[in-house]
Amino acid sequence: MNIESQDLYTQAILSMSALVGLTSFLMLGQGRLLRLIFVFAVQGLLLTLTTSMAAFSLDNPHLYISAVLTFALKVVFIPWMLRKEVLTMNMQRDVEALKNNTAVMLGGASLMVFSYYVLQPIINTSSMIMLNAIAVSLSVVLLGLLLMISHRQAIAHVVGFMSIENGLFFAAIVATNGMPMVVELGVAFDVLVAAVLFGIFFLHIRTSIDSLDVDMMNKLHEVDR
Amino acid sequence: MIAVYLLLLLSAAGILFFGLMGHKEDIGKLNTRINAVSLVITIGLAITVFEQGTILSSGKAFLIDSFNVYLIVLTAFVGFTTSLFSAPYMAHEKEIGKLTDRRLKLYYSMYQGFMLAMYLVLTTNNMGIMWVSMEGATLATVLLVSLYRTPESIEAAWKYFILCGVGIAQALFGTILLYYAASQIGDSENALLWTVLHEHATQLNPDILEIAFVFLLIGYGTKIGLVPLHNWLPDAHSEGPTPMSAVLSGLLLNDALYAVVRNKMLVDGATQSHIAGYLMMGFGLTSFLVAALFLHRQKDIKRLFSYSSIEHMGLMTFAFGIGAPLATFAALLHMTVHSLVKSAIFVTVGYASQLAGTQKMSGIRGLIKTQPKVGWGLLIGTVAIAGFPPFGVFTSEFLVLLATMHNYPWLTPLLLLGIGIAFAGLFRHIQPMVFGEKPEGQSAIKANLIPVMVHLGLALWLGLAIPGFLSDWFSQATLLISGSSL
Repeated sequence: MNIESQDLYTQAILSMSALVGLTSFLMLGQGRLLRLIFVFAVQGLLLTLTTSMAAFSLDNPHLYISAVLTFALKVVFIPWMLRKEVLTMNMQRDVEALKNNTAVMLGGASLMVFSYYVLQPIINTSSMIMLNAIAVSLSVVLLGLLLMISHRQAIAHVVGFMSIENGLFFAAIVATNGMPMVVELGVAFDVLVAAVLFGIFFLHIRTSIDSLDVDMMNKLHEVDR
Repeated sequence: MIAVYLLLLLSAAGILFFGLMGHKEDIGKLNTRINAVSLVITIGLAITVFEQGTILSSGKAFLIDSFNVYLIVLTAFVGFTTSLFSAPYMAHEKEIGKLTDRRLKLYYSMYQGFMLAMYLVLTTNNMGIMWVSMEGATLATVLLVSLYRTPESIEAAWKYFILCGVGIAQALFGTILLYYAASQIGDSENALLWTVLHEHATQLNPDILEIAFVFLLIGYGTKIGLVPLHNWLPDAHSEGPTPMSAVLSGLLLNDALYAVVRNKMLVDGATQSHIAGYLMMGFGLTSFLVAALFLHRQKDIKRLFSYSSIEHMGLMTFAFGIGAPLATFAALLHMTVHSLVKSAIFVTVGYASQLAGTQKMSGIRGLIKTQPKVGWGLLIGTVAIAGFPPFGVFTSEFLVLLATMHNYPWLTPLLLLGIGIAFAGLFRHIQPMVFGEKPEGQSAIKANLIPVMVHLGLALWLGLAIPGFLSDWFSQATLLISGSSL
């Protein structure tokens, strides 16, 4: 596959995949919450750009609506809410010491390779470009999971959760040019409700354990102790 | 088809109304009435489907066939009987000061929200909407798990939210892959409609569908509570209000399994192999065995029965995985009887823990002496769920065993072992709770056990003789799912 021989739209999609993948790695190694939220917002912005590009080049007006929704939710509302939470909790100066940072990064890299490996059969049905795009989406999903495992702050978990959504959304845009409108609206609605619920939960967790460190929630066990 | 719209509208109106008025006196009765009307509507719907066969709405947005219609009736039925129980239960919780007006509003509003999500999962023809409503069911119930605002309940709700949210995200990835495979054969606007997908199943790319199914199984499997994705389930069941545990166990798990089976039908059509079935068998059997072992080491009565739910869901997943007509028939029957019996048990457990003032099994003693109805209800419910004849669970488990012996004889010992372990695990805990002397100061409470008796009576009926129309129905659904009749 020679990248220069592809049309402009394909090239743009490929670079966007690379950038989205990069932001996932940036989040993975980030111990400062405010920066984490910033990188998350950047990822949301990349997603908005990809969606508008797809809308423009495929001449598909309903994708513009998705782009606006993505922008409002992933770039403005959720980062704003999380940032406010960090400031109220006065955590902007805390740096979370990430255990085994090197191992986590290496793990992230292997997850990416794994995504390519898993999705290899897709090549038979489509182009190499599609493999790149879908594999990056899957690795964004998996990296989001890894982010949640390696961080202890509830806010980082929400960022991980939402970045998983980003990965899925990216897959939907590049692989299938967006899901049917009604599904996309439904998903956006779910994300919005989830974001609001997370806000409520922060309040509950704070009043309950006076911290947002999820490691301190350890009262329930699988078996009796 | 109007019945479906009515059903959905009614629940949606319920959400709004209870959100504003949910704190009024006697509001529980209104909730019961709404659910009663829903039940009547669904029975009407079932009769129509029974007479006319599959119904597809004009915009192809809703599909009612023999597989989902009986689950819709079951959902409405369990929703109705649980609301009968929930009205006095929640009033009591408010009386003893565990709940405020605002939380009561939230409770009733989200009860309807949950019912709406369940009806949508079952009736929709669109795999994307199915995912959206499945996620909606999580969102509706997550605040109910933390309704009491204790540190434990908040922890449980957070776990539930994160685990189910992340889990179900995998199912969305699976759905996207499904859509990707479908849009390659054209008609991308309707490519997520189940009817379209099912019609063209053989044309779908088998490689992509195999990958998609792994994600779908993991995703919806989290909601079914398959081991090792089950961690949220005992926590959410034990910390939320008891009526919620009843509907979660009786309905949510079933509907998640329904989603998996719908997808399996597509994947089987595309791959023409048994790969999806093997995956389901593996996950199902593991859940079945692991949960049976976990039963032995529980202290909390609601956690005990949550593990029992995991065990039974594992068995159903296994049976659907076998894929033979007999196994599918057994799984459908098991879905029904498990819902009936398990929600009845959770209702009695609710009364038992109100009686003893604790959910710790060591604190619940002498139930039969204190209040015979509750004690016997719990005992008979446990007998039924453990798979004793003549209850329906026995029949369905027996059929699963038969099907296993026929198709995979070497797995039979494992199943028998699991059933034995689960039986011992349940009874070592239940025995001292129902028999024995009553602790001092424990006195009977106001309890309405009619729903329990109705549920157990139905389970008994299904065990003694499955009525003709129901077995016809299950056979039709079996034909639809497994592709061949009994």
